[in-house]
Amino acid sequence: MSAIDPTIINLTVFVLAVFVGYHVIWNVTPALHTPLMSVTNAISSVIIVGALLAAGTEHLDFGSVLGAVAVGLAAVNVFGGFLVTQRMLEMFKKKDRKGGKKQA
Amino acid sequence: MSVNSVALLYLIASVLFILALKGLSHPDTARRGNLFGILGMVIAVLTTLALTKSIALILAGIVVGGAIGAFVARRVEMTQMPELVAAMHSLVGMAAVLIAIAVVNNPAAFNIPVPMPGGNRLELFIGTFVGAITFSGSVIAFGKLAGLGKKFRLFSSAPVVFKGQHMLNLALAIVMVGFGIAFFLAPAESQWTPFLVMTAIAFVLGVLIIIPIGGADMPVVISMLNSYSGWAAAGIGFSLNNTLLIIAGSLVGSSGAILSYIMCKAMNRSFFSVILGGFGAAEGAAAEQGEQKSVRSGSAEDAAFLMSNAESVIIVPGYGLAVARAQHAVKEMAQKLTEKGVHVRYAIHPVAGRMPGHMNVLLAEAEVPYDQVAEMDDINSEFGDTDVVMVLGANDVVNPLAEQPGSPIHGMPILQAHKARTVLVNKRSMASGYAGLDNPLFYMDKTMMVFGDAKKVVEDIVKAL
Repeated sequence: MSAIDPTIINLTVFVLAVFVGYHVIWNVTPALHTPLMSVTNAISSVIIVGALLAAGTEHLDFGSVLGAVAVGLAAVNVFGGFLVTQRMLEMFKKKDRKGGKKQA
Repeated sequence: MSVNSVALLYLIASVLFILALKGLSHPDTARRGNLFGILGMVIAVLTTLALTKSIALILAGIVVGGAIGAFVARRVEMTQMPELVAAMHSLVGMAAVLIAIAVVNNPAAFNIPVPMPGGNRLELFIGTFVGAITFSGSVIAFGKLAGLGKKFRLFSSAPVVFKGQHMLNLALAIVMVGFGIAFFLAPAESQWTPFLVMTAIAFVLGVLIIIPIGGADMPVVISMLNSYSGWAAAGIGFSLNNTLLIIAGSLVGSSGAILSYIMCKAMNRSFFSVILGGFGAAEGAAAEQGEQKSVRSGSAEDAAFLMSNAESVIIVPGYGLAVARAQHAVKEMAQKLTEKGVHVRYAIHPVAGRMPGHMNVLLAEAEVPYDQVAEMDDINSEFGDTDVVMVLGANDVVNPLAEQPGSPIHGMPILQAHKARTVLVNKRSMASGYAGLDNPLFYMDKTMMVFGDAKKVVEDIVKAL
Protein backbone atom coordinates (compact mmCIF):
# COMPACT_ATOMS: atom_id res chain seq x y z
CA MET A 1 0.00 0.00 0.00
CA SER A 2 1.37 3.39 -0.93
CA ALA A 3 1.45 6.33 1.51
CA ILE A 4 -1.76 8.24 2.11
CA ASP A 5 -2.09 11.54 0.31
CA PRO A 6 -1.57 14.40 2.84
CA THR A 7 -4.83 15.96 1.61
CA ILE A 8 -6.74 12.93 2.91
CA ILE A 9 -5.05 13.23 6.30
CA ASN A 10 -5.88 16.95 6.32
CA LEU A 11 -9.48 16.16 5.46
CA THR A 12 -9.67 13.66 8.32
CA VAL A 13 -8.33 16.21 10.77
CA PHE A 14 -10.69 18.84 9.40
CA VAL A 15 -13.85 16.76 9.71
CA LEU A 16 -13.00 15.63 13.24
CA ALA A 17 -12.13 19.19 14.30
CA VAL A 18 -15.48 20.46 12.99
CA PHE A 19 -17.22 17.83 15.12
CA VAL A 20 -15.23 18.81 18.21
CA GLY A 21 -16.00 22.46 17.51
CA TYR A 22 -19.70 21.74 17.09
CA HIS A 23 -19.97 19.98 20.45
CA VAL A 24 -17.77 22.37 22.39
CA ILE A 25 -19.50 25.50 21.08
CA TRP A 26 -23.02 24.31 21.90
CA ASN A 27 -21.90 24.12 25.52
CA VAL A 28 -20.87 27.76 25.64
CA THR A 29 -23.24 29.73 27.82
CA PRO A 30 -25.10 32.43 25.83
CA ALA A 31 -23.97 35.07 28.32
CA LEU A 32 -20.41 34.57 27.09
CA HIS A 33 -21.12 34.77 23.36
CA THR A 34 -19.27 38.08 22.98
CA PRO A 35 -16.09 36.78 24.69
CA LEU A 36 -16.51 33.66 22.53
CA MET A 37 -16.32 35.82 19.41
CA SER A 38 -13.26 37.71 20.60
CA VAL A 39 -11.43 34.57 21.68
CA THR A 40 -12.22 32.75 18.42
CA ASN A 41 -10.84 35.83 16.71
CA ALA A 42 -7.63 35.43 18.63
CA ILE A 43 -7.54 31.70 17.89
CA SER A 44 -8.11 32.13 14.17
CA SER A 45 -5.12 34.46 14.13
CA VAL A 46 -3.03 31.33 14.59
CA ILE A 47 -2.83 31.99 10.85
CA ILE A 48 0.20 33.95 12.07
CA VAL A 49 1.99 30.59 11.76
CA GLY A 50 1.73 30.82 7.98
CA ALA A 51 2.76 34.45 8.09
CA LEU A 52 5.88 33.58 10.12
CA LEU A 53 6.96 31.06 7.49
CA ALA A 54 6.44 33.65 4.75
CA ALA A 55 8.34 36.38 6.60
CA GLY A 56 11.17 34.19 7.85
CA THR A 57 12.75 33.20 4.54
CA GLU A 58 16.50 33.33 4.13
CA HIS A 59 16.48 36.08 1.51
CA LEU A 60 14.39 39.19 1.64
CA ASP A 61 11.93 39.30 -1.24
CA PHE A 62 8.43 40.39 -2.16
CA GLY A 63 6.94 37.36 -0.38
CA SER A 64 8.73 37.93 2.90
CA VAL A 65 7.60 41.57 3.01
CA LEU A 66 4.00 40.46 2.51
CA GLY A 67 4.63 37.87 5.21
CA ALA A 68 5.83 40.55 7.61
CA VAL A 69 2.69 42.61 6.98
CA ALA A 70 0.61 39.49 7.61
CA VAL A 71 2.54 38.86 10.84
CA GLY A 72 1.67 42.41 11.90
CA LEU A 73 -2.03 42.04 11.08
CA ALA A 74 -2.27 38.69 12.83
CA ALA A 75 -0.32 39.98 15.83
CA VAL A 76 -2.89 42.76 16.30
CA ASN A 77 -5.48 40.03 16.65
CA VAL A 78 -3.42 37.71 18.80
CA PHE A 79 -2.68 40.40 21.37
CA GLY A 80 -5.91 42.34 20.96
CA GLY A 81 -8.11 39.24 20.93
CA PHE A 82 -6.75 37.54 24.01
CA LEU A 83 -6.36 40.76 26.01
CA VAL A 84 -9.83 42.07 25.31
CA THR A 85 -11.27 38.65 26.12
CA GLN A 86 -9.41 38.65 29.41
CA ARG A 87 -10.69 42.14 30.13
CA MET A 88 -14.27 41.10 29.46
CA LEU A 89 -14.02 37.91 31.47
CA GLU A 90 -12.69 39.87 34.45
CA MET A 91 -16.01 41.72 34.39
CA PHE A 92 -17.88 38.45 34.72
CA LYS A 93 -15.92 37.61 37.84
CA LYS A 94 -18.15 37.36 40.89
CA LYS A 95 -17.65 40.29 43.16
CA ASP A 96 -16.85 39.27 46.71
CA ARG A 97 -19.26 41.69 48.29
CA LYS A 98 -22.08 40.08 46.33
CA GLY A 99 -21.22 36.66 47.77
CA GLY A 100 -23.49 37.06 50.80
CA LYS A 101 -26.50 38.21 48.81
CA LYS A 102 -26.78 35.14 46.64
CA GLN A 103 -30.19 33.60 46.62
CA ALA A 104 -31.74 30.51 45.18
CA MET B 1 13.56 20.66 15.05
CA SER B 2 12.25 17.53 13.40
CA VAL B 3 8.99 17.54 11.49
CA ASN B 4 7.55 15.12 13.99
CA SER B 5 8.27 17.21 17.07
CA VAL B 6 6.77 20.23 15.30
CA ALA B 7 3.62 18.21 14.61
CA LEU B 8 3.43 17.06 18.23
CA LEU B 9 3.83 20.58 19.58
CA TYR B 10 1.10 21.72 17.18
CA LEU B 11 -1.09 18.97 18.60
CA ILE B 12 -0.56 20.33 22.12
CA ALA B 13 -1.44 23.82 20.92
CA SER B 14 -4.61 22.49 19.25
CA VAL B 15 -5.73 20.78 22.45
CA LEU B 16 -5.12 24.00 24.38
CA PHE B 17 -7.33 25.90 21.90
CA ILE B 18 -10.11 23.37 22.41
CA LEU B 19 -9.76 23.78 26.18
CA ALA B 20 -9.95 27.55 25.74
CA LEU B 21 -13.37 27.22 24.10
CA LYS B 22 -14.50 24.58 26.57
CA GLY B 23 -13.77 26.99 29.43
CA LEU B 24 -16.43 29.36 28.13
CA SER B 25 -19.18 26.99 29.22
CA HIS B 26 -19.24 28.85 32.55
CA PRO B 27 -18.08 32.32 33.64
CA ASP B 28 -16.03 30.79 36.47
CA THR B 29 -13.90 28.62 34.19
CA ALA B 30 -13.70 31.08 31.30
CA ARG B 31 -10.64 32.99 32.49
CA ARG B 32 -8.62 29.82 32.91
CA GLY B 33 -9.75 28.83 29.41
CA ASN B 34 -8.43 32.09 28.01
CA LEU B 35 -5.06 31.39 29.62
CA PHE B 36 -5.02 27.99 27.90
CA GLY B 37 -5.65 29.79 24.62
CA ILE B 38 -2.76 32.17 25.22
CA LEU B 39 -0.48 29.26 26.11
CA GLY B 40 -1.52 27.44 22.93
CA MET B 41 -0.70 30.51 20.86
CA VAL B 42 2.71 30.92 22.51
CA ILE B 43 3.57 27.28 21.79
CA ALA B 44 2.40 27.61 18.19
CA VAL B 45 4.42 30.76 17.55
CA LEU B 46 7.63 29.56 19.27
CA THR B 47 7.50 26.21 17.46
CA THR B 48 7.10 27.93 14.11
CA LEU B 49 9.86 30.42 14.87
CA ALA B 50 12.24 27.49 15.22
CA LEU B 51 11.55 26.71 11.55
CA THR B 52 12.26 30.18 10.20
CA LYS B 53 15.62 31.30 8.92
CA SER B 54 15.58 35.04 9.65
CA ILE B 55 13.77 36.85 12.38
CA ALA B 56 14.16 40.60 11.78
CA LEU B 57 10.97 41.12 9.75
CA ILE B 58 9.04 38.84 12.09
CA LEU B 59 10.04 40.79 15.17
CA ALA B 60 9.10 44.06 13.50
CA GLY B 61 5.68 42.66 12.61
CA ILE B 62 5.02 41.25 16.07
CA VAL B 63 6.15 44.38 17.91
CA VAL B 64 4.13 46.80 15.78
CA GLY B 65 1.03 44.58 15.52
CA GLY B 66 1.20 43.48 19.13
CA ALA B 67 1.49 47.05 20.42
CA ILE B 68 -1.52 48.16 18.37
CA GLY B 69 -3.54 45.16 19.49
CA ALA B 70 -2.69 45.62 23.16
CA PHE B 71 -3.44 49.34 23.01
CA VAL B 72 -6.83 48.82 21.37
CA ALA B 73 -7.76 45.98 23.73
CA ARG B 74 -7.09 48.23 26.69
CA ARG B 75 -8.87 51.30 25.36
CA VAL B 76 -11.94 49.95 23.60
CA GLU B 77 -15.28 50.61 25.26
CA MET B 78 -17.63 47.71 25.82
CA THR B 79 -20.28 49.43 23.70
CA GLN B 80 -17.79 49.31 20.81
CA MET B 81 -17.17 45.56 20.99
CA PRO B 82 -19.14 44.79 17.79
CA GLU B 83 -16.97 47.20 15.78
CA LEU B 84 -13.79 45.80 17.30
CA VAL B 85 -14.75 42.22 16.53
CA ALA B 86 -15.63 43.16 12.93
CA ALA B 87 -12.28 44.92 12.54
CA MET B 88 -10.44 41.89 13.86
CA HIS B 89 -12.25 39.57 11.45
CA SER B 90 -11.07 41.75 8.58
CA LEU B 91 -7.45 41.41 9.73
CA VAL B 92 -7.63 37.61 9.74
CA GLY B 93 -9.08 37.71 6.22
CA MET B 94 -6.37 40.06 4.95
CA ALA B 95 -3.61 38.00 6.59
CA ALA B 96 -4.95 34.92 4.79
CA VAL B 97 -4.83 36.71 1.43
CA LEU B 98 -1.29 38.01 2.00
CA ILE B 99 -0.04 34.58 3.01
CA ALA B 100 -1.66 33.06 -0.06
CA ILE B 101 0.12 35.56 -2.31
CA ALA B 102 3.41 34.73 -0.58
CA VAL B 103 2.76 31.04 -1.20
CA VAL B 104 2.16 31.58 -4.91
CA ASN B 105 5.31 33.71 -5.00
CA ASN B 106 7.53 31.12 -3.36
CA PRO B 107 6.01 27.73 -2.50
CA ALA B 108 9.39 26.35 -1.41
CA ALA B 109 9.41 28.60 1.66
CA PHE B 110 6.40 26.64 2.93
CA ASN B 111 7.82 23.20 2.13
CA ILE B 112 5.46 22.91 -0.83
CA PRO B 113 6.95 21.22 -3.91
CA VAL B 114 7.70 23.46 -6.89
CA PRO B 115 5.74 23.63 -9.15
CA MET B 116 2.85 23.64 -6.71
CA PRO B 117 0.71 20.47 -6.96
CA GLY B 118 -2.88 20.90 -8.13
CA GLY B 119 -4.33 19.92 -4.74
CA ASN B 120 -2.46 22.69 -2.94
CA ARG B 121 -3.56 25.18 -5.56
CA LEU B 122 -7.18 24.22 -5.16
CA GLU B 123 -6.92 24.63 -1.38
CA LEU B 124 -5.07 27.89 -1.76
CA PHE B 125 -7.81 29.17 -4.05
CA ILE B 126 -10.47 28.38 -1.44
CA GLY B 127 -8.48 29.91 1.43
CA THR B 128 -7.81 33.06 -0.59
CA PHE B 129 -11.30 33.86 -1.76
CA VAL B 130 -12.82 33.16 1.63
CA GLY B 131 -10.14 35.38 3.18
CA ALA B 132 -10.78 38.17 0.67
CA ILE B 133 -14.56 38.06 1.23
CA THR B 134 -13.98 38.05 4.98
CA PHE B 135 -11.78 41.11 4.68
CA SER B 136 -13.95 43.37 2.56
CA GLY B 137 -17.20 42.13 4.14
CA SER B 138 -15.86 42.86 7.60
CA VAL B 139 -14.73 46.32 6.57
CA ILE B 140 -18.30 47.09 5.47
CA ALA B 141 -19.70 45.55 8.66
CA PHE B 142 -17.27 47.63 10.69
CA GLY B 143 -18.38 50.79 8.90
CA LYS B 144 -22.05 50.02 9.50
CA LEU B 145 -21.47 49.27 13.18
CA ALA B 146 -19.26 52.29 13.74
CA GLY B 147 -21.95 54.53 12.22
CA LEU B 148 -19.90 55.74 9.28
CA GLY B 149 -23.03 55.63 7.12
CA LYS B 150 -23.50 59.38 7.30
CA LYS B 151 -20.20 60.01 5.53
CA PHE B 152 -20.17 57.07 3.12
CA ARG B 153 -23.36 55.60 1.76
CA LEU B 154 -21.62 52.24 1.41
CA PHE B 155 -21.56 51.97 5.20
CA SER B 156 -25.19 52.97 5.67
CA SER B 157 -26.82 50.88 8.37
CA ALA B 158 -29.97 50.86 6.25
CA PRO B 159 -29.84 48.12 3.62
CA VAL B 160 -28.25 49.27 0.35
CA VAL B 161 -30.27 47.53 -2.33
CA PHE B 162 -30.46 47.88 -6.10
CA LYS B 163 -32.10 46.05 -8.94
CA GLY B 164 -30.43 42.87 -10.09
CA GLN B 165 -28.23 42.77 -7.01
CA HIS B 166 -28.52 39.05 -6.44
CA MET B 167 -28.00 38.26 -10.11
CA LEU B 168 -24.88 40.42 -10.12
CA ASN B 169 -23.52 38.65 -7.04
CA LEU B 170 -24.26 35.27 -8.55
CA ALA B 171 -22.58 36.20 -11.83
CA LEU B 172 -19.52 37.51 -10.00
CA ALA B 173 -19.31 34.35 -7.91
CA ILE B 174 -19.42 32.19 -11.03
CA VAL B 175 -16.72 34.27 -12.75
CA MET B 176 -14.63 34.09 -9.57
CA VAL B 177 -14.88 30.30 -9.44
CA GLY B 178 -14.02 30.22 -13.16
CA PHE B 179 -10.77 32.10 -12.56
CA GLY B 180 -10.12 29.82 -9.58
CA ILE B 181 -10.36 26.81 -11.87
CA ALA B 182 -8.09 28.57 -14.36
CA PHE B 183 -5.57 29.05 -11.55
CA PHE B 184 -5.90 25.35 -10.75
CA LEU B 185 -5.25 24.32 -14.34
CA ALA B 186 -2.70 26.97 -15.38
CA PRO B 187 1.00 26.08 -15.66
CA ALA B 188 3.26 27.62 -13.00
CA GLU B 189 4.42 30.50 -15.29
CA SER B 190 0.96 31.87 -15.95
CA GLN B 191 -0.84 31.35 -12.66
CA TRP B 192 -0.56 34.94 -11.42
CA THR B 193 -3.24 36.46 -13.65
CA PRO B 194 -6.08 34.08 -12.77
CA PHE B 195 -5.05 34.15 -9.11
CA LEU B 196 -5.07 37.94 -8.84
CA VAL B 197 -8.28 38.39 -10.84
CA MET B 198 -9.97 35.80 -8.65
CA THR B 199 -8.81 37.61 -5.49
CA ALA B 200 -9.95 40.99 -6.78
CA ILE B 201 -13.42 39.66 -7.57
CA ALA B 202 -13.62 38.13 -4.11
CA PHE B 203 -12.89 41.53 -2.54
CA VAL B 204 -15.71 43.13 -4.54
CA LEU B 205 -18.05 40.27 -3.70
CA GLY B 206 -17.39 40.72 0.04
CA VAL B 207 -18.62 44.32 -0.21
CA LEU B 208 -21.68 43.42 -2.27
CA ILE B 209 -22.72 40.62 0.06
CA ILE B 210 -22.77 42.79 3.18
CA ILE B 211 -24.21 46.13 1.93
CA PRO B 212 -27.83 44.90 1.59
CA ILE B 213 -27.94 43.69 5.19
CA GLY B 214 -29.47 46.10 7.67
CA GLY B 215 -28.39 47.20 11.13
CA ALA B 216 -30.41 44.86 13.33
CA ASP B 217 -29.31 41.83 11.32
CA MET B 218 -25.75 42.60 12.36
CA PRO B 219 -25.63 39.81 14.98
CA VAL B 220 -26.01 37.32 12.12
CA VAL B 221 -23.53 39.08 9.85
CA ILE B 222 -20.87 39.35 12.48
CA SER B 223 -21.25 35.68 13.44
CA MET B 224 -21.11 34.72 9.78
CA LEU B 225 -17.90 36.68 9.21
CA ASN B 226 -16.52 35.07 12.36
CA SER B 227 -17.21 31.75 10.74
CA TYR B 228 -15.63 32.81 7.41
CA SER B 229 -12.44 33.97 9.12
CA GLY B 230 -12.13 30.48 10.60
CA TRP B 231 -12.72 28.75 7.26
CA ALA B 232 -10.14 31.04 5.64
CA ALA B 233 -7.57 29.97 8.23
CA ALA B 234 -8.49 26.31 7.69
CA GLY B 235 -8.20 26.72 3.91
CA ILE B 236 -4.69 28.17 4.24
CA GLY B 237 -3.91 25.29 6.65
CA PHE B 238 -4.91 22.79 3.96
CA SER B 239 -2.64 24.34 1.37
CA LEU B 240 0.29 24.48 3.82
CA ASN B 241 -0.44 20.96 5.15
CA ASN B 242 -0.58 22.51 8.61
CA THR B 243 -2.85 20.58 10.98
CA LEU B 244 -2.80 23.27 13.66
CA LEU B 245 -4.24 25.83 11.25
CA ILE B 246 -6.83 23.33 10.06
CA ILE B 247 -7.95 22.49 13.60
CA ALA B 248 -8.02 26.08 14.87
CA GLY B 249 -9.75 27.26 11.70
CA SER B 250 -12.42 24.56 11.92
CA LEU B 251 -13.11 25.34 15.57
CA VAL B 252 -13.63 28.99 14.76
CA GLY B 253 -15.57 28.20 11.61
CA SER B 254 -18.03 25.97 13.41
CA SER B 255 -18.29 28.44 16.28
CA GLY B 256 -19.33 31.23 13.95
CA ALA B 257 -21.72 28.96 12.09
CA ILE B 258 -23.46 27.91 15.30
CA LEU B 259 -23.75 31.51 16.46
CA SER B 260 -25.28 32.49 13.10
CA TYR B 261 -27.77 29.66 13.48
CA ILE B 262 -28.70 30.71 17.03
CA MET B 263 -29.16 34.32 15.92
CA CYS B 264 -31.32 33.39 12.91
CA LYS B 265 -33.46 31.15 15.07
CA ALA B 266 -33.95 33.96 17.59
CA MET B 267 -35.37 36.09 14.76
CA ASN B 268 -37.28 33.19 13.23
CA ARG B 269 -35.69 33.92 9.88
CA SER B 270 -33.82 31.64 7.58
CA PHE B 271 -30.13 32.23 7.08
CA PHE B 272 -30.75 32.93 3.41
CA SER B 273 -33.38 35.58 4.01
CA VAL B 274 -30.92 37.44 6.23
CA ILE B 275 -28.08 37.12 3.75
CA LEU B 276 -30.22 38.21 0.82
CA GLY B 277 -30.99 41.28 2.91
CA GLY B 278 -33.28 44.21 2.36
CA PHE B 279 -35.51 43.35 5.32
CA GLY B 280 -37.49 46.27 6.70
CA ALA B 281 -37.31 48.25 3.50
CA ALA B 282 -40.57 46.83 2.12
CA GLU B 283 -42.65 46.46 5.26
CA GLY B 284 -41.59 49.82 6.67
CA ALA B 285 -44.16 51.80 4.74
CA ALA B 286 -47.14 49.76 5.86
CA ALA B 287 -46.64 50.45 9.53
CA GLU B 288 -46.97 54.19 9.16
CA GLN B 289 -50.51 54.01 7.81
CA GLY B 290 -52.05 52.74 11.06
CA GLU B 291 -54.58 55.07 12.66
CA GLN B 292 -53.44 57.22 15.53
CA LYS B 293 -53.77 55.25 18.71
CA SER B 294 -53.30 56.82 22.08
CA VAL B 295 -50.50 55.91 24.43
CA ARG B 296 -50.17 56.66 28.08
CA SER B 297 -46.95 58.44 28.86
CA GLY B 298 -45.46 59.28 32.20
CA SER B 299 -42.46 60.86 33.82
CA ALA B 300 -39.38 59.28 35.33
CA GLU B 301 -40.86 60.01 38.77
CA ASP B 302 -43.99 58.01 37.93
CA ALA B 303 -41.81 55.13 36.80
CA ALA B 304 -39.76 55.31 40.00
CA PHE B 305 -42.95 55.24 42.08
CA LEU B 306 -44.32 52.21 40.25
CA MET B 307 -41.10 50.26 40.54
CA SER B 308 -40.41 51.01 44.18
CA ASN B 309 -43.87 49.73 45.09
CA ALA B 310 -43.42 46.53 43.14
CA GLU B 311 -42.34 43.21 44.55
CA SER B 312 -40.59 42.05 41.42
CA VAL B 313 -39.14 43.97 38.47
CA ILE B 314 -37.69 42.59 35.25
CA ILE B 315 -35.50 44.87 33.14
CA VAL B 316 -35.40 44.19 29.38
CA PRO B 317 -32.38 45.91 27.84
CA GLY B 318 -32.01 46.49 24.08
CA TYR B 319 -29.79 48.27 21.60
CA GLY B 320 -31.05 51.64 22.90
CA LEU B 321 -29.29 50.94 26.17
CA ALA B 322 -26.00 50.39 24.36
CA VAL B 323 -26.38 53.53 22.27
CA ALA B 324 -27.11 55.65 25.34
CA ARG B 325 -24.37 53.88 27.35
CA ALA B 326 -26.89 53.58 30.16
CA GLN B 327 -25.60 50.34 31.65
CA HIS B 328 -24.06 51.92 34.76
CA ALA B 329 -27.15 54.00 35.47
CA VAL B 330 -29.29 50.87 35.12
CA LYS B 331 -27.12 49.02 37.57
CA GLU B 332 -27.52 51.87 40.06
CA MET B 333 -31.28 51.82 39.59
CA ALA B 334 -31.40 48.07 40.17
CA GLN B 335 -29.26 48.42 43.27
CA LYS B 336 -31.53 51.07 44.77
CA LEU B 337 -34.57 48.94 44.06
CA THR B 338 -32.90 45.89 45.64
CA GLU B 339 -32.19 47.93 48.75
CA LYS B 340 -35.92 48.68 48.92
CA GLY B 341 -36.62 44.95 48.90
CA VAL B 342 -37.64 44.69 45.24
CA HIS B 343 -36.58 41.50 43.46
CA VAL B 344 -34.80 42.74 40.30
CA ARG B 345 -33.71 40.66 37.33
CA TYR B 346 -32.68 41.22 33.75
CA ALA B 347 -34.08 39.37 30.74
CA ILE B 348 -31.88 39.10 27.66
CA HIS B 349 -33.16 38.28 24.19
CA PRO B 350 -30.53 36.48 22.07
CA VAL B 351 -30.55 39.18 19.38
CA ALA B 352 -30.68 42.19 21.68
CA GLY B 353 -27.91 44.56 20.63
CA ARG B 354 -25.60 44.26 17.65
CA MET B 355 -23.74 41.04 18.39
CA PRO B 356 -24.32 37.79 20.28
CA GLY B 357 -24.01 38.35 24.01
CA HIS B 358 -23.71 42.15 23.61
CA MET B 359 -26.10 42.97 26.48
CA ASN B 360 -24.47 40.47 28.85
CA VAL B 361 -21.09 42.13 28.43
CA LEU B 362 -22.52 45.61 28.99
CA LEU B 363 -24.25 44.49 32.18
CA ALA B 364 -21.12 42.68 33.33
CA GLU B 365 -19.15 45.87 32.75
CA ALA B 366 -21.55 47.68 35.07
CA GLU B 367 -20.87 44.94 37.62
CA VAL B 368 -24.32 43.42 37.49
CA PRO B 369 -23.92 39.94 39.03
CA TYR B 370 -24.47 37.40 36.28
CA ASP B 371 -26.93 35.35 38.33
CA GLN B 372 -29.40 38.26 38.08
CA VAL B 373 -29.24 38.07 34.30
CA ALA B 374 -31.53 35.49 32.70
CA GLU B 375 -31.79 34.18 29.16
CA MET B 376 -35.11 34.32 27.34
CA ASP B 377 -36.10 30.66 27.76
CA ASP B 378 -35.37 30.69 31.47
CA ILE B 379 -37.36 33.77 32.38
CA ASN B 380 -40.25 33.82 29.91
CA SER B 381 -42.55 31.79 32.16
CA GLU B 382 -42.08 34.30 34.97
CA PHE B 383 -43.37 37.46 33.31
CA GLY B 384 -46.93 36.56 34.34
CA ASP B 385 -46.00 36.80 38.02
CA THR B 386 -44.02 39.99 37.65
CA ASP B 387 -45.29 43.36 38.84
CA VAL B 388 -43.30 45.68 36.61
CA VAL B 389 -41.32 45.14 33.43
CA MET B 390 -39.05 47.96 32.34
CA VAL B 391 -38.20 47.84 28.62
CA LEU B 392 -35.12 49.94 27.88
CA GLY B 393 -34.45 50.68 24.24
CA ALA B 394 -35.84 47.38 22.97
CA ASN B 395 -38.78 47.04 20.61
CA ASP B 396 -39.13 44.09 18.26
CA VAL B 397 -37.96 41.57 20.87
CA VAL B 398 -41.01 42.37 23.04
CA ASN B 399 -43.53 42.80 20.22
CA PRO B 400 -46.61 40.64 20.94
CA LEU B 401 -47.42 40.67 17.18
CA ALA B 402 -44.93 37.81 16.97
CA GLU B 403 -47.56 35.60 18.57
CA GLN B 404 -50.22 36.60 16.03
CA PRO B 405 -50.50 34.46 12.90
CA GLY B 406 -50.12 36.50 9.74
CA SER B 407 -47.89 39.23 11.08
CA PRO B 408 -44.50 39.61 9.36
CA ILE B 409 -42.62 38.60 12.50
CA HIS B 410 -44.98 35.77 13.39
CA GLY B 411 -43.09 32.95 15.07
CA MET B 412 -40.17 35.00 16.29
CA PRO B 413 -39.56 34.07 19.91
CA ILE B 414 -40.11 37.13 22.13
CA LEU B 415 -39.74 38.14 25.73
CA GLN B 416 -43.31 38.05 27.02
CA ALA B 417 -43.21 41.46 28.66
CA HIS B 418 -46.90 41.99 27.86
CA LYS B 419 -47.87 39.37 30.42
CA ALA B 420 -46.56 41.42 33.34
CA ARG B 421 -48.96 43.46 35.48
CA THR B 422 -47.42 46.79 34.48
CA VAL B 423 -45.10 47.56 31.60
CA LEU B 424 -42.82 50.59 31.45
CA VAL B 425 -41.30 51.32 28.07
CA ASN B 426 -38.46 53.75 27.56
CA LYS B 427 -37.97 54.91 23.98
CA ARG B 428 -36.67 58.04 22.39
CA SER B 429 -39.78 58.47 20.27
CA MET B 430 -42.71 56.50 18.88
CA ALA B 431 -40.70 55.49 15.81
CA SER B 432 -41.17 51.84 14.94
CA GLY B 433 -38.41 49.31 15.45
CA TYR B 434 -36.09 47.80 12.91
CA ALA B 435 -38.76 45.49 11.54
CA GLY B 436 -40.83 48.58 10.73
CA LEU B 437 -43.76 47.22 12.68
CA ASP B 438 -46.02 48.91 15.12
CA ASN B 439 -45.86 47.41 18.60
CA PRO B 440 -49.25 46.76 20.29
CA LEU B 441 -47.44 46.54 23.61
CA PHE B 442 -47.14 50.33 23.62
CA TYR B 443 -50.92 50.81 23.42
CA MET B 444 -51.93 48.42 26.18
CA ASP B 445 -53.78 49.87 29.15
CA LYS B 446 -51.13 48.62 31.52
CA THR B 447 -48.30 50.20 29.58
CA MET B 448 -46.73 53.50 30.44
CA MET B 449 -44.28 55.09 28.01
CA VAL B 450 -41.36 57.08 29.40
CA PHE B 451 -39.90 59.02 26.50
CA GLY B 452 -36.32 60.20 26.40
CA ASP B 453 -32.72 59.08 26.16
CA ALA B 454 -32.29 55.85 28.12
CA LYS B 455 -29.43 57.14 30.23
CA LYS B 456 -31.17 60.41 31.10
CA VAL B 457 -34.42 58.67 32.00
CA VAL B 458 -32.76 56.03 34.17
CA GLU B 459 -30.68 58.66 35.97
CA ASP B 460 -33.87 60.62 36.69
CA ILE B 461 -35.47 57.47 38.05
CA VAL B 462 -32.47 56.87 40.31
CA LYS B 463 -32.84 60.41 41.65
CA ALA B 464 -36.52 59.90 42.33
CA LEU B 465 -36.07 56.59 44.13
